[in-house]
Amino acid sequence: MASEQELNATSYIQHHLSFNAQSVGDSAFWTLHVDSLVTGAILGVVATALMWWVVRGATSGVPNKRQAFVELLFGFVDDQVKGIFHGKRDFVAPAALTVFVWVLLMNAMDFLPVDIMAWILTHVFHQHEFRIVPTADVNTTFALSLSVFLLMIYFSIAVKGLGGWIHELFCAPFGSNPLLWPFNFLFNMVEYVSKPLSHSLRLYGNMYAGEIIFLLLWLWAATSVSGAFFGAVLGVGWSIFHILIVVLQAYIFMMLTIVYISMAHESH
Amino acid sequence: MNINLTLIAQAISFAIFILFTVKFVWPPLMKAIEERQKQIADGLAAGEQGKQQLEASGKRAAEETVKARARAAEIIAQAEKRGLQMIEEAKNSAKAEGDRLIAGAKSEIQQEVSSAKEVLREQVAALAVSGAEKILQREVNAQAHAELLNQLKREL
Repeated sequence: MASEQELNATSYIQHHLSFNAQSVGDSAFWTLHVDSLVTGAILGVVATALMWWVVRGATSGVPNKRQAFVELLFGFVDDQVKGIFHGKRDFVAPAALTVFVWVLLMNAMDFLPVDIMAWILTHVFHQHEFRIVPTADVNTTFALSLSVFLLMIYFSIAVKGLGGWIHELFCAPFGSNPLLWPFNFLFNMVEYVSKPLSHSLRLYGNMYAGEIIFLLLWLWAATSVSGAFFGAVLGVGWSIFHILIVVLQAYIFMMLTIVYISMAHESH
Repeated sequence: MNINLTLIAQAISFAIFILFTVKFVWPPLMKAIEERQKQIADGLAAGEQGKQQLEASGKRAAEETVKARARAAEIIAQAEKRGLQMIEEAKNSAKAEGDRLIAGAKSEIQQEVSSAKEVLREQVAALAVSGAEKILQREVNAQAHAELLNQLKREL
């Protein structure tokens, strides 16, 4: 915590909810959240490198525990993809795996106690503002969901052809009568907008809410001894519940990614 | 909630992670898993095959045993028959040999008898001649009556 600030509830929460923003341009858009980027990149590199390391030594014989764990993960994701997506899984399954592992790790950053991390970041890395949960940054979740959105459009066009895709935009789901074209198009637009929106905001909202609840608990813990006690107890409770949310949200995010991409493969 | 350049940067790292996983992480492990699945399937199939082979060879062994037993019985029966036959043959040949021996002995005896008769005839003739000589010592000339005596000898 920044010691020169006056300590009150507002400043505490505000402090923990402000990004390490670096401006790289003139307008508000040209800003980078260094904290989200760095944490996300580190987690992604660690996860993929770890899997790569295990996989490079993979044997078709008796696997060691490391390999068995990664295989379990692969099998889990592959089964989910198999259940939803009927086609070659060369791209979709590894993409789903990446989404799942990365989102899971970024969500799991929520378990780290914020104030201890803030202390470490302040005194070791000299960063006063640093949010360690990248998925509580709407930019990260939108980056993921818009990437999936682009994949959706790419696969729609790749599978049905540009003409087929445009035809579908106007002629599905109500019918190909020219009178119905505007309604079809409107309906599809609503669908196309709502998909990435709900996809990203669901994850963001859950993670952000989880973060806020932790902050409120720690705020309570700072008020008195009994507050510290109850704050700690409730903090444990919320952490345990949060394990469910973290995994569930990562799972939902992965499943929706698979569903959206497989829907793009289906023609109406 | 402020959208900014972070979005694009995160999207780029996301794309990189996906590509890395697609290219380097997913295929080798999937290959290993599929290979193992194949090995397990092959092993199970081999086990099944081995079981079937065992069953088949057991059946064949039983069949062979039955066959062998039948063949042994046949051989024994044949041997018994052959034994009996040999005994019969031996009996027959022994009997024939005996008959032959008996016939030989009989003819020999016949010969002996006839030669003994001859000897006896000559001795009787000689005796008769000497008897007659003694009776007719003076009047009978042996040389003059040799013709008559030889005729007598033949009639004896």
